[in-house]
Amino acid sequence: MKKSYDIVVIGGGPAGLAAAVSAYDNGVKDVLILEREPRTGGILNQCIHNGFGLTRFKESLAGPEYAYKFAVEAEKRNIETLTQTTVLSISKDKKVTAINKENGVFTVEAKAVILAMGCRERSRGALNIAGSRPAGVFSAGTAQKYINVKGYMPGKEVVILGSGDIGLIMARRMTLEGAKVHAVAEIMPYSSGLKRNIVQCLDDFGIPLYLNHTVTEIRGDKRVTGVTISQVDQNKKPIKGTEKSFDCDTILFSVGLIPENELTKGMGVELSPRTKGAVVYQNRETSIEGVFACGNALQVHDLVDFVSEESELTGKSAAEYVLNGAKPRDTINCVQGKNINYVLPQKIDKNASGDVKLYFRVSNTFKNCTIKLECNGKELIKRVKRVAAPGEMETLLLKESLIKSLEGDVILSLEESV
Amino acid sequence: MKTVNLTCVECPMGCAIEVQLDGESVVSVVGNTCPRGLAYAKNEVVCPMRVLTTTVKSTDGRMVSVKTDNPIKKSNMFSLMQVINGITVTAPVKIGDIIMKNIEGDVNLVATDCLK
Ligand SMILES: Cc1cc2nc3c(=O)[nH]c(=O)nc-3n(C[C@H](O)[C@H](O)[C@H](O)COP(=O)(O)OP(=O)(O)OC[C@H]3O[C@@H](n4cnc5c(N)ncnc54)[C@H](O)[C@@H]3O)c2cc1C
Ligand code: SF4
Repeated sequence: MKKSYDIVVIGGGPAGLAAAVSAYDNGVKDVLILEREPRTGGILNQCIHNGFGLTRFKESLAGPEYAYKFAVEAEKRNIETLTQTTVLSISKDKKVTAINKENGVFTVEAKAVILAMGCRERSRGALNIAGSRPAGVFSAGTAQKYINVKGYMPGKEVVILGSGDIGLIMARRMTLEGAKVHAVAEIMPYSSGLKRNIVQCLDDFGIPLYLNHTVTEIRGDKRVTGVTISQVDQNKKPIKGTEKSFDCDTILFSVGLIPENELTKGMGVELSPRTKGAVVYQNRETSIEGVFACGNALQVHDLVDFVSEESELTGKSAAEYVLNGAKPRDTINCVQGKNINYVLPQKIDKNASGDVKLYFRVSNTFKNCTIKLECNGKELIKRVKRVAAPGEMETLLLKESLIKSLEGDVILSLEESV
Repeated sequence: MKTVNLTCVECPMGCAIEVQLDGESVVSVVGNTCPRGLAYAKNEVVCPMRVLTTTVKSTDGRMVSVKTDNPIKKSNMFSLMQVINGITVTAPVKIGDIIMKNIEGDVNLVATDCLK
């Protein structure tokens, strides 16, 4: 290990690997990847189900298969990778402080930093209900790791709270391994999981999904012995008399993912309250020059294929920055309007070349709606969609020629048809 | 006559499809918006197929992930799980290695991860 590198990548998941490889291929060979776990590949190593890579490789891969393709590319290029190395902090002037067994606490300097720490599971406010804290309550991702990596079943009788994709996947996984999954309870009127997962992980096994339901009691002293769920009204308040009680030894919660950004916050990068990730330009550069972000640390993606695409763009941008330095910008904002949860990138540099792909999420489920991009009240792009849902990330391509002609901020909104 | 309700998973529309069956033969399919939905529904009611993904233990106690290299009959999933849970492998294992040949018909069980 050296004292300084052109580019230091934080996190060796699919995002970090793709960014490092892309930086290398775009002319910067002095790259270091820092990864906390014993191997690269990130969360994909525990996602043993298939369905990864359909867009990119036109085949349905298991998580580890997908991760491996990128790990091999990094190895081929001899990109220096330190595993079992946790980054503790990063300073504004890009000094990265990390810790591992061999070196203790150490600092490396970087000309550019790529933030690719992935995301973590949201914890559940509703689980903070009164009473004891029995064992047997896990996040779905933790259960996934126990079963798939450590080969250990966390329980036999299961209730799942929240219908995020990881919870759905775990309902099937635990059923196949002999557990009884009694129910999945979702507080919203719709599931945030993919349709395909509802069909193939719940319907296939006759596992009931209770929409508009939340947990109202967890029983058990040392270990969970049961749970009660109740229907909620429009204000998400439990309705008396609708209680359903289950005997179980395990509760999994799957209530969404949130970008991992303690380090980002610590170094003073501007964060978006919408995405909970950094505010970025189209090249994925943050509010600090030479600091870039990609993958789930930037925005929670549904498909790892998009993570790879975004990270390759980021690696290329970081290489360009190292080779050519910063260029003067002409910035406009890209803002979410009606019925849109967020748009990314939040900033567009008119001086940069190339088309810009906007990623966005809508705020509810809509059928037959129109997506509109406007600038100063003028309509630039209009797209009719038969269906749009918060669980599926959408994209819109802004042509370079259009960007050059913009004379103010752009607003993306969704109109419901009447 | 039997009615089967399905959700098409071929695209995000997720159309609710109703299939009328007379014994094994499909009498009518309603609710699909496009031909892909029709094909999906016909397959689902006759013989639903799924790729099975799981893990096997290695002799040193580590786990390695595996999948069937083609879809198997959905109704066979649990019996195949029993077979697979009886298998142990010995490192090294590479991605794509056949862990068990012809686990159903000419479908093989293959490794989806490496063990060094
Ligand atoms: C439990 C779980 C299950 C998921 N299942 C699916 C799924 O089935 N299908 C799907 O498409 N997507 C799934 N996702 C989303 C999935 O995370 C992305 O598709 C993809 O893995 C994102 O890649 P990434 O590199 O951005 O993040 P990750 O894969 O999370 O990689 C981030 C890496 O950064 C490392 N890291 C973090 N902080 C530090 C630090 N301070 N120092 C050093 N290293 C650090 C981590 O150890 C990790 O290896 C899941 C996510 C989670 C959390
Ligand atoms: S029937 Fe056609 S439109 Fe409807 S969900 Fe299936 S593929 Fe989509």
